[in-house]
Amino acid sequence: MNRTKGDEEEYWNSSKFKAFTFDDEDDELSQLKESKRAVNSLRDFVDDDDDDDLERVSWTGEPVGSRTRPGSFQSLSDALSDTPAKSYAPELGRPKGEYRDYSNDWSPSDTVRRLRKGKVCSLERFRSLQDKLQLLEEAVSMHDGNVITAVLIFLKRTLSKEILFRELEVRQIALRHLIHFLKEIGDQKLLLDLFRFLDRTEELALSHYREHLNIQDADKRKEFLKTCIGLPFSAEDSAHIQDHYTLLERQIIIEANDCHLESAGQTEIFRKHPRKASILNMPLVTTLFYSCFYHYTEAEGTFSSPVNLKKTFKIPDKQYVLTALAARAKLRAWNDVDALFTTKNWLGYTKKRAPIGFHRVVEILHKNNAPVQILQEYVNLVEDVDTKLNLATKFKCHDVVIDTCRDLKDRQQLLAYRSKVDKGSAEEEKIDALLSSSQIRWKN
Amino acid sequence: MAFPHRPDAPELPDFSMLKRLARDQLIYLLEQLPGKKDLFIEADLMSPLDRIANVSILKVRSLSLRSCPSFLFEQLCFLVRPRIKNMRYIASLVNADKVAGRTRKYKVIFSPQKFYACEMVLEEEGIYGDVSCDEWAFSLLPLDVDLLSMELPEFFRDYFLEGDQRWINTVAQALHLLSTLYGPFPNCYGIGRCAKMAYELWRKLEEEEDGETKGRRPEIGHIFLLDRDVDFVTALCSQVVYEGLVDDTFRIKCGSVDFGPEVTSSDKSLKVLLNAEDKVFHEIRNEHFSNVFGFLSQKARNLQAQYDRRRGMDIKQMKNFVSQELKGLKQEHRLLSLHIGACESIMKKKTKQDFQELIKTEHALLEGFSIRESTSYIEEHIDRFGSPRFFLPVLRLLCLLSITENGLIPKDYRSLKTQYLQSYGPEHLLTFSNLRRAGLLTEQGPGDTLTAVESKVSKLVTDKAAGKITDAFSSLAKRSNFRAISKKLNLIPRVDGEYDLKVPRDMAYVFSGAYVPLSCRIIEQVLERRSWQGLDEVVRLLNCGDFAFTDMTKEDKASSESLRLILVVFLGGCTFSEISALRFLGREKGYRFIFLTTAVTNSARLMEAMSEVKA
Repeated sequence: MNRTKGDEEEYWNSSKFKAFTFDDEDDELSQLKESKRAVNSLRDFVDDDDDDDLERVSWTGEPVGSRTRPGSFQSLSDALSDTPAKSYAPELGRPKGEYRDYSNDWSPSDTVRRLRKGKVCSLERFRSLQDKLQLLEEAVSMHDGNVITAVLIFLKRTLSKEILFRELEVRQIALRHLIHFLKEIGDQKLLLDLFRFLDRTEELALSHYREHLNIQDADKRKEFLKTCIGLPFSAEDSAHIQDHYTLLERQIIIEANDCHLESAGQTEIFRKHPRKASILNMPLVTTLFYSCFYHYTEAEGTFSSPVNLKKTFKIPDKQYVLTALAARAKLRAWNDVDALFTTKNWLGYTKKRAPIGFHRVVEILHKNNAPVQILQEYVNLVEDVDTKLNLATKFKCHDVVIDTCRDLKDRQQLLAYRSKVDKGSAEEEKIDALLSSSQIRWKN
Repeated sequence: MAFPHRPDAPELPDFSMLKRLARDQLIYLLEQLPGKKDLFIEADLMSPLDRIANVSILKVRSLSLRSCPSFLFEQLCFLVRPRIKNMRYIASLVNADKVAGRTRKYKVIFSPQKFYACEMVLEEEGIYGDVSCDEWAFSLLPLDVDLLSMELPEFFRDYFLEGDQRWINTVAQALHLLSTLYGPFPNCYGIGRCAKMAYELWRKLEEEEDGETKGRRPEIGHIFLLDRDVDFVTALCSQVVYEGLVDDTFRIKCGSVDFGPEVTSSDKSLKVLLNAEDKVFHEIRNEHFSNVFGFLSQKARNLQAQYDRRRGMDIKQMKNFVSQELKGLKQEHRLLSLHIGACESIMKKKTKQDFQELIKTEHALLEGFSIRESTSYIEEHIDRFGSPRFFLPVLRLLCLLSITENGLIPKDYRSLKTQYLQSYGPEHLLTFSNLRRAGLLTEQGPGDTLTAVESKVSKLVTDKAAGKITDAFSSLAKRSNFRAISKKLNLIPRVDGEYDLKVPRDMAYVFSGAYVPLSCRIIEQVLERRSWQGLDEVVRLLNCGDFAFTDMTKEDKASSESLRLILVVFLGGCTFSEISALRFLGREKGYRFIFLTTAVTNSARLMEAMSEVKA
């Protein structure tokens, strides 16, 4: 949560903030008066709080605007607070000396009610633990999270953290507010102490891990991730954290190496396909794609080889094949694609197999603009006939459609398809030959 | 098309007053700063501000647009949401000035209210007192004649993930303002822990300001408060009514949308306000997408016919035509071509995404069949790496699977999570942790009983306190029981033959006839009974045993017209599909619904709110 200054500046300097300037010289007096009139007439519901004038402070600190409002109702308790030295915000954290003495002390419920209205209210007089807790309970029963947090800020300042934590452990609503507050202000240390105290080990670990998002430098991030390994994550998350560290470690090595190769200009693949972005902090699958793209033929021993990545991160076959296919198809390396799906059985016969289903292979090939001959080959391997026919029609693999119709003895469908092929084309001829053939016993 | 309201449907109250009120209050606040000054407006406040104080007002106020962060003047004014990072930024400016020996005056206007945590930061940074603070209580923006938005998208994460109740007072204040302006609400209903708290705090406000609303004639007969976590399912579904689809595809922001060149068929993008004033949009917004094309082409033909009328006109008729009708026709023409362009663009995008398959999977999940196939479908989509556009949709499907199935089977959960992290980045394990905490994506088995910590805590404290704790826990992650609820409330309509989307028979039409939105069904049922009577089992299944309430006041002054006006308050956001569904219900029953939401939401926004990693 610790935002670095750089972060913040970036946030603010980004175009998100727009600035206006206005100067009064151009103001049209009449308009001003009109809006003022409007506002005054709306007062009754705009200013639903009789102490609201307190909030309206001019630049000099003097209350502005009309101070007297005929008919405004002033309760006894409000009148009591009308001391001349007005302060305009609850004094949550001021040194004691600055506080005025209240001759009439507010009860916890009055105090909470005033806090809800944003009124001036000292909490300093709640000194015994019992008073503090009563105040907190009042705030919780009021449901206003802003007030709960206000009381918690006071408790955090005036109680030792052991006592604070102990009391909050049995007050879950307040506890949640404190946790959120600590996250927001970035008090990571106290947050981790709190999780430790509560024995919420997993949240502790996750909270610590979250910090890596604020570290931009890859090496520092890697070092930080190293400190996360061994934290009390759940068993599955522990593995993910370990993988995260290993992945970044790899990426740093690959990045340095490839930067060098690219700038040296000796390697064909980098010359032909300059890298678009750094591989640092990319997901695993993207890294695998990158490695299949630039380092496909490397031996298993190198960190950048696809096989090594597959082994190290136990990437499932499916995922591996999909990614390799996409990378090799993008490079139009059809031989590699072919090899991906070719398996030899013990007799030495080759067979095509795809762990992902050939319909998906076809889709990926199509997305990468594979030529029809290639597409056709894989469409033919789709097992389900309907799917095959659909894909063949969609990707205009005429031969496959025609042959499939023939095999299905579906004369009607073949006839319908005839209108979709070009007039006078080889496909049309083929269809005509089939339609007039006496050898086929059409089913329709 | 565009079913008219029944003749006896009540008129909507005029909400433009809310705009005027907010505008005048802002002007009033700004008038407190005499002299020249630089005014900063937080990005999130720009669009809402734009809707209430258009450029002409800003001109009247002589505000000139300037870029940040060069300052001309000796006074700086910040119009911001109450956020810690804003305070830090302001502190850095002020402290830099101090170091440079510059003296300037600073003012922060918080909208809709200031938080004590913000003031604490100002104090810690040593600038408390150097900066004066004010509040601009602008929390109700009328986006349309029947839609009020608080424009607080962070409400969802703050409450439903973090359990922070900071916005409850804002909601209570907003309700108080409404009852001050439009009279008391004689009948109140609600469901959800947050709904109950907001209601109680609001009541407290009303008591404190006793008398203000007494004696007023109620304009709005019913108010219904509903927590978003009562129904996550509806918000997670792909939207297929036009307005929802436009929101899912182009993102409607503060009631307007940016149509890119692919829609405008020019080289420019166009910002278009989408509300009842757009006559073409008004007629198609609630329609199932499959009807929209036909409607638009019919409309285009009519338009052509009207243009064609000018043939054979004499001079006088022509003069009339040009002066009276042409402008309207041209306007209609412009809108028509815009929405046709939007439809085309949606079609293109959806075809590419295999929308049909996606919808099929969603319906299977809702109905609870072919769970294995749906799981493989999701898995397949996780594997489509390199498409960051799948990052949110896939997560959403995972959540939908989890909620409809009361959590994922542990084996599936592990494997899908691993694949997800491998495809989209390991840091998303933080996102998974958030989703689990919010109850959106969980594991079946030991996971859905109390966790180790929770049971330890319960053991530590007994009786009453323990009860409190379980309450607190049950408000967050809890069993969804969707299947049982769906059965009880008949959410999956039995259809013989085709569901005719042109003539919807029930609210299910907003999801192609496959599913009646749970939130809307609850509202329908309660309004019918005027209570929760007979819904005990549903309430129990929703884990809302203690949080379903009714409060009727004996109000003789309520006119029969007002009793058919219903304000529905969505805490945590509502979708356009829900709005369309309730508008439909209103037309059927002669009600009119008014919607108040903390923000308009959809599945992508819900997922973004849970994500720890900025996309």
